Amino acid sequence: MGVAVIGASMTKFGQRDAWLQELLSQAGEECLDDAGVSPNEVEHLYVSNMASGEFEGQTGVMNLLAHDLGVLPAYSERVDQTSSSGGAGIYEAWQSVASGASEMTLLVGGEKMTHKTTGQATDIIASITHPAEYKHGITLPSFAGLTARHYLERFDAPRESLARVAVKNHKNGVDNPNAQFQKEITTEKALESPIIADPLRLYDFCPITDGSAAMMFTTEERAKELTDEYAVVSGIGGATDTHVVHERDDPTIMRGVVESSDEAYEMAGIGPDDLDVAELHDMFTILEFLQLEGIGVADQGTAWELAMDGTTQKDGDLPINTSGGLKSKGHPLGASGVAQGVEIYEQLVGEAGPRQVEAETALACNVGGFGNCVITTIMEAGK
Amino acid sequence: MTLEAGICPNGHVSYPTHPRCPDCGQEQEETTDLSEERAEVVTWTKSTATPPGVREPNTMAIVEFDISHLDLEDTFVRALGQVTTEDVETGDVVEPVYVEELRDPDVGLKSANPESQDWDGYRWDPV
Repeated sequence: MGVAVIGASMTKFGQRDAWLQELLSQAGEECLDDAGVSPNEVEHLYVSNMASGEFEGQTGVMNLLAHDLGVLPAYSERVDQTSSSGGAGIYEAWQSVASGASEMTLLVGGEKMTHKTTGQATDIIASITHPAEYKHGITLPSFAGLTARHYLERFDAPRESLARVAVKNHKNGVDNPNAQFQKEITTEKALESPIIADPLRLYDFCPITDGSAAMMFTTEERAKELTDEYAVVSGIGGATDTHVVHERDDPTIMRGVVESSDEAYEMAGIGPDDLDVAELHDMFTILEFLQLEGIGVADQGTAWELAMDGTTQKDGDLPINTSGGLKSKGHPLGASGVAQGVEIYEQLVGEAGPRQVEAETALACNVGGFGNCVITTIMEAGK
Repeated sequence: MTLEAGICPNGHVSYPTHPRCPDCGQEQEETTDLSEERAEVVTWTKSTATPPGVREPNTMAIVEFDISHLDLEDTFVRALGQVTTEDVETGDVVEPVYVEELRDPDVGLKSANPESQDWDGYRWDPV
């Protein structure tokens, strides 16, 4: 059964006074309104969230939201796949409709993080690592530093190419009213910012963020009855790589990205050349290169050239992260994959405002951990 | 103390050990101790934003042990660890040095249940 997206929303991302309950219900209500769906029509509700218990002491958030939105007695479930919880939520929502189990599925992703110190938040996120890594004080930014050094040394890529990713995504974020930062930065500023995990600096990393995002899924048939503007989930794939990062055969190949995008391309019957726009999980600048290579847009060791020659800019051949990416939009863990879906939906139905590019086919790649879990989603404009 | 890597019947080697081989799914029935072996730095980072209970800065490296002398399918095995110094480069040869506590188990998210995992292990000391 064809699965369509008929509505989407996101809250302002950033440092918010609201706690998770309010963030989730705000995005959820706006999505119901955007889709023109009443709460009692919702048959399945998925809540993507990585760590509400660890961050806030609140668990059972799917029940909290189901009750607050009045979608009872819908089936409800919390989806945790660390940083790719949002993408995993898209997968679950797609499955629920594709299988015939639900005709109307609401997905809401959210995380509340900024009330913790940077050290505490870093520790909560680092707790996803294997105990043999955690005891050494590994952090996700440290994995990025280890991988970036290897990439730069092995492929002789200029350090500046990573800064260009940050500059591009900050520039795109200026046009996103919901982005945490709506501020351009310069390459010089990025290259002179403080070192966080050598060779990576402050502007190579996404911020810590509060926020929520939501999408409404239904059958393609029902979508045609309800609206003229919808998008179709034409391909989706999910894959898992080694938990222990150093056990991978090649530190620059994210197998989860390769496998999940292969699966999504096959289902959609398209290839990387058919993409018009993509949202990639730029939690760290180096990840944009690894994903461009993993999804087959660039050969191994060459994606940095696309940052240097402008291919991935908004006016380039393949705009990447028109939303501003995690880098400038922010990264509320469970919300991020959903917000990627929101962006490509808005691009496909022509609702992206000043960020709008011409797009019939779009891809979103949501990475959990340091490539531990990956979901790739391909959506196409509804006809 | 040992730095144990697991070996499956097909000669695949991993550090740390797993109940089943990550490559082929067979049981890892044997182990090899790497604590007396030398390794080479594949890549490294110096982290200056460390979580509670972790030294700052924290220099870490992924190193590669040559195990070709074991005559198995796998000829090398890699491991992540802290480095004893901030002065390290890719390609450096290192030796494992045992440390009782790599970070303070009584601080941070796991401090409520420090017994849930080990906190001792090996740092890499450039030769």
